[in-house]
Amino acid sequence: MGDAPGMPRPQTGREPLLRRLDRVDRRWIFLLMAIAVAGPIVWVGVTGQTFPEKPTPIVEGAFRAIDGLPEGSRVLIAFDFDPASSGELQPMATAFVRHCALKRHRIYAMTLWAPGSPIIGSTLGEVVGGDPHYVYGETFVDLGFQSGNEGVIKQVGSSFAKAFPNDSRGTPLAQVPMMQGIERVSDFDALVCVSAGYPGAKEWVQYAVSPTLTGGRRLTFVAGTTGVQTPQLIPYYPVQLAGMLGAIKGAAEYETLVNGKALEASPGTKVEPKYQEAQRRMAPQLFGHVLMVALIVAGNVIFFAGRRKEARA
Amino acid sequence: MSRSVAVLVTAVAGIVMLLSAFVRPLEFLGTAVVDWFNVLAAIAFVLGGANLLKMNLLKVSAREAGWGYSAVTVLAFLVTITVGALKVGVHPDPKFPAVALSGDKEAVGGAFWWIYEYAMSPITSTLFALLAFYVASAAFRAFRAKNTAAILLLGTAFVVLLGRVYVGVLLTSWIPADNAWVSWMRLENLSGIIMSVFTNAGTRAIIIGIAIGVAATSLKILLGLDRSYLGGEG
Amino acid sequence: MSLGGSTHAPAVERRANRMMIAVLAVVCALLAVRAFVGTTVGSGESARTVHGFGAVYVEAAPKAVPEQAWTEWREVPAGAWADATAKDPAQESVQVSWPRTVGVWFAALMTLAVFSFLWRDNPLYKLAESVVVGVSAGYWMVVALWDTLVPKLAGSLVPEWTKANLMPSLDRTAADWWSLVPLGLGMLLLCRLSARLSWLGIFPLAFVVGTFSGLKFVQFIESDLVAQVATMFDPLVVVKHDAAATPGAVAAVDWAGSVGASVGAVLVLVGVLSVLAYFFFSLEHKGALGRTAKVGVWYLMITFGASFGFTVMGRIALLAARFEFLFDDWLWIIDPAGKH
Repeated sequence: MGDAPGMPRPQTGREPLLRRLDRVDRRWIFLLMAIAVAGPIVWVGVTGQTFPEKPTPIVEGAFRAIDGLPEGSRVLIAFDFDPASSGELQPMATAFVRHCALKRHRIYAMTLWAPGSPIIGSTLGEVVGGDPHYVYGETFVDLGFQSGNEGVIKQVGSSFAKAFPNDSRGTPLAQVPMMQGIERVSDFDALVCVSAGYPGAKEWVQYAVSPTLTGGRRLTFVAGTTGVQTPQLIPYYPVQLAGMLGAIKGAAEYETLVNGKALEASPGTKVEPKYQEAQRRMAPQLFGHVLMVALIVAGNVIFFAGRRKEARA
Repeated sequence: MSRSVAVLVTAVAGIVMLLSAFVRPLEFLGTAVVDWFNVLAAIAFVLGGANLLKMNLLKVSAREAGWGYSAVTVLAFLVTITVGALKVGVHPDPKFPAVALSGDKEAVGGAFWWIYEYAMSPITSTLFALLAFYVASAAFRAFRAKNTAAILLLGTAFVVLLGRVYVGVLLTSWIPADNAWVSWMRLENLSGIIMSVFTNAGTRAIIIGIAIGVAATSLKILLGLDRSYLGGEG
Repeated sequence: MSLGGSTHAPAVERRANRMMIAVLAVVCALLAVRAFVGTTVGSGESARTVHGFGAVYVEAAPKAVPEQAWTEWREVPAGAWADATAKDPAQESVQVSWPRTVGVWFAALMTLAVFSFLWRDNPLYKLAESVVVGVSAGYWMVVALWDTLVPKLAGSLVPEWTKANLMPSLDRTAADWWSLVPLGLGMLLLCRLSARLSWLGIFPLAFVVGTFSGLKFVQFIESDLVAQVATMFDPLVVVKHDAAATPGAVAAVDWAGSVGASVGAVLVLVGVLSVLAYFFFSLEHKGALGRTAKVGVWYLMITFGASFGFTVMGRIALLAARFEFLFDDWLWIIDPAGKH
């Protein structure tokens, strides 16, 4: 691999090492990143080893918010993401649905992102598909997608049926048994949002949760967010957000808590691999992060060494 | 004349939303306006698709450079809306077998599902995954600790990058975890403190500033003082 | 077919093309080796070696209603095929799904086409990009049509016809003529496609901007101003207690926790005020305001550093997911979830 096509080569002699390192073709860096991520994936895939995860308070807050609800509570889960972010967010969505299933909560799924619709179907099918307790229309329902972004959130704040006249299968909401008693979003016992960006957790905080802080029934809200969005939502914790799963690390911590709860309920059973997706992805994270730190340090060492050399010259 | 009517429409729509927020008996007005807005948002998707078709067909017919790719785009677009609108490969709802289009458009096994699962989903995911490589390249070439601010930024990045993975736990495992006076210096705890204290403070101030800005801008728009959204002159 | 011009010298272009063809040839050779080596599917007596990879196996799903005239197929692990074939070599209840297998291969090749952009811009990448642009636009249009326009527009204006042909479960019988308002606005919006009539598009745009402005005005103030400022009135001196040794006993003060929480609360207050001072541009940043703004800059740098760290975390997770797809679903090199 040499310079990109068209880049001029030095005319006289061999370039000094520093200059060569400073001008290294970025494709070598791409290759290093590919190895740093692909290698651990193969290693984890073959060995099944994962790193231990110690849950942080903000993730424990999210866990307690769902776990503290009485069995059979009504939980609205907003799958506000698309396949582009599913690498980070799918494990969160799976863990949330599983946690609700362990507590036998009634699950109401919806999305504000059009590509999120099939994700609802595949996640619910994966987690509660073979569970006899979960019967469509009675213990779980897929409300599908509605366009309008925060307009939909504003609408469900006053009239759920207006925002979602029917579920994803075309059944009018009035004919879905578990929608009885649900008039607006604050009628739910908890709201969970797995959010990739806009519209997402921030809009749910602004349009659905915050209005309930000042009057009426306060809505418990838990979010799972991408790494990019996590710092933007920190100020909402713990008043408007009961807890948050930040990036794949948050997902791995939450998986640890949920798997622990499942093992408590059924000691001696093995955790299914589909419930350890985030924990498996922490291995490539480790090597990727170490590579990033090494690249930043190397870049600075080369830069300052070059500057010192120029100053002497 | 049309711009004045448009400004009036803006003001009426906005004032209805404000009134419905503060006057309970008028809540139904806000619900209706938002309902219309949601339908309009769906029609905007139709506009987007139609515009894409128009731009790419112009490119194909003019034989501009790269027109072959535009032809691929048009073909992919037309195939997708055809199989989706007509629910190709989707069986009817078992409760209504006589109505051919009663099935779920995204039913597993249908043509529309196939396009989502094997074309749209993997390609969009991979496009976003490319960013990991460019972040690494940018980190090597551009991140320079030239001043105090840059040193603070990079130092924080190091703490967060290492503290959020197991290597951070290993690097500071020698610091006792049960002694609260020193355990905060462990990398995993330090990254938590950075988030809960410093990032919290910085982002909160930004949020407050943005809220004030949004409120001011919204008021200017509703009062007709800001007409830039209409295009042309102020 | 013109694929777009190149700005490099022909010799350099030829060398780069030869390099790409060589890499492609190596990749194809490796894939052939992988196919030849095979994978053991199933376990115990039913284990067998399958030459090839990336196949998707399906079995017939139970009928939703007895009168159902068609068969739905659901994905099963390759091991289920091995078990079924071991019992009855002529069985057809578990079989390879060719549409889904072709789909996996198409997805894998498109993934590699997008990754090839890291090497250099090339026709394969441009092809993948063109496909996704067309498919995405079509997808959003179809979803908007079936999830919003049919139930809320067609179902409101022509409910009988919609019920008979599109949504048999619709329970509305009388038309809601108020739905003509969004239909009318939508038609005006579509006028933007015409150069002559595009000026009509400012009315629905004005409606959208007005609705949004009204929505955001209230909610940003309630959620991002009032609620956030209210949080600033949390106590600065925090006293935490250890868990009581026995129920009813007086719990000891957790001095480390209390000092930590108090210092944290003070730092948050100082941080918010100093960053707000930095963004206050009505006065020159000098003297006390200047020093406060400087502290605000430090807080912002720490915030951006943390944001960078989290962004990196997010991007690497997305890359890891793509590699998992290639190694698990396509190449069958790993099988962490027991899919084959």
